[in-house]
Amino acid sequence: MTVTEEQSGARDAYVPSPRRLERERYRRTRARRATAVAALSTLVTGVVLYLVVVNAPGWPRTRETFFDAHYAREAFPKVLEGLWLNVRLLLVCGAAVLVLGMLIAIARTLRGPVFFPLRALAAAYTDFFRGLPLIINLMIVVLGVPALRLQGVTVDPVLLGGTALTLTYSAYVAEVFRAGIESVHPSQRAAARSLGLTNRQALRHVVLPQAVRRQVPPLLNDLVSLQKDTGLVSIGGAIDAVRAADIIVGRSLNYTPYIVAGLVFVALTIPMTRFTDWVTARMDRRRAQGGAL
Amino acid sequence: MSDAPVLRMESVRKTFGGSVVLRDVDLEVAPHTVTALIGASGSGKSTLLRCANLLEDIDDGAIWLDGEEITDPRVDQDAVRRRIGVVFQAYNLFPHMTVLENITLAPRRVHGVPRAKAEAHARELLERLGLVAKADEYPDRLSGGQQQRVAIVRALAVRPRLLLLDEVTAALDPELVGEVLGVVRDLKADGMTMVLATHEMGFAREVADQVCFLDGGVVLERGTAEQVFGDPQQERTRRFLRRIVEAGRL
Repeated sequence: MTVTEEQSGARDAYVPSPRRLERERYRRTRARRATAVAALSTLVTGVVLYLVVVNAPGWPRTRETFFDAHYAREAFPKVLEGLWLNVRLLLVCGAAVLVLGMLIAIARTLRGPVFFPLRALAAAYTDFFRGLPLIINLMIVVLGVPALRLQGVTVDPVLLGGTALTLTYSAYVAEVFRAGIESVHPSQRAAARSLGLTNRQALRHVVLPQAVRRQVPPLLNDLVSLQKDTGLVSIGGAIDAVRAADIIVGRSLNYTPYIVAGLVFVALTIPMTRFTDWVTARMDRRRAQGGAL
Repeated sequence: MSDAPVLRMESVRKTFGGSVVLRDVDLEVAPHTVTALIGASGSGKSTLLRCANLLEDIDDGAIWLDGEEITDPRVDQDAVRRRIGVVFQAYNLFPHMTVLENITLAPRRVHGVPRAKAEAHARELLERLGLVAKADEYPDRLSGGQQQRVAIVRALAVRPRLLLLDEVTAALDPELVGEVLGVVRDLKADGMTMVLATHEMGFAREVADQVCFLDGGVVLERGTAEQVFGDPQQERTRRFLRRIVEAGRL
């Protein structure tokens, strides 16, 4: 609460008491001291880390092979070019994952004996693809499918890699959606049904909108994860950012391009993680204000 | 009151797990009358209402709505629910929709009323309850009493044949109870057929044409408000009412 706020609300002229002024002075001093301590400890930590790394016995060689400015300059444009593939993969796979994940989540929450096979299939799917390491999934799809030599089936490593990513991530996202659906209180469904809405209408208009809203932060989290895992399509030979770095490394036997590619991925995910934090904070604030439910 | 009953229950039995919640319950609700269900918590009042709306399947017995047996498994349950309005203790408004969207959801999606017409009707109902200024607010911006009145409007918007009210004031602060009870009083004046489970004995005595005292899942005593409150025949009814009086609620 600030002084101006109170003054605007009060009719009589409010003069802060000496007690209040003294308290505020004390709090300001404390805040300044806290900032100073944080700055100092950050500096000390940084210096210590620097000294440890620089004095490591292998540092001169490591610097040569991992932090070479010449190779960094050579790799950067190629890596960026490759990154465009990662971005496109993220957009397409992200959309596919959201749709497929939602369908699987809905299938898992369907009641009634008719839907048993669908329910069982959806459960088996999520169990399987959440357990299967992504790298193995990728190798099976990207290398195994072309080996079948099927007529009319693509052998494009980008398409196959994207398919593998979608398969795995749909399983994760389906569980996020399902948790959201189950977190909506049964009384909401009861209220919808008592108004005469069918089960489907209740799901569509009442349960899903609340479920999706609640799950936005974990969904964005999975998308951040998908964003960096698009780098794994490089194992099939698709020329993305990682593969572009790989090519230069193979030629030069210098690992700097990997560092460049890694930093580029981090730079790409930072806006997304910040956005996730912002959305989460905003939702928490809304909930705190709302109070009810 | 000689018309055919809107709601009729015969020998209704309902169990949860091993415990019997409703035992041999008979009930008749005549058109344009108010029936109050009273009794201690856990006596089966809410369950009875949930059974009447088919939110719970009954184990035995039968329920008729306007002469049609609705507990027949061949009956379309969604169609039955469309004819019954329910107001819950905890309001159960949809938090992601505005007041207007809450009210028009069922008319639009279930009854196919065009949006403009549904909204006009909703505003008209809100106007009557003095809530039209809140039409575009979200439920969490409303007080408990306002939320509960919106819930009543939502139930009325589908023009139900019968309105079930499940302890609609139990979650409200004392000073907000009056505004909700006032609405129920007005609905009675309009001729709405209602069944209400309530702890507000003074109110039940005032508005109810029929009072049923439930105890352990059995309708132990029934009659006009005067009979049940003025001259209870059963010892358990007397004891229940005495406790209510001692608590200062009657």
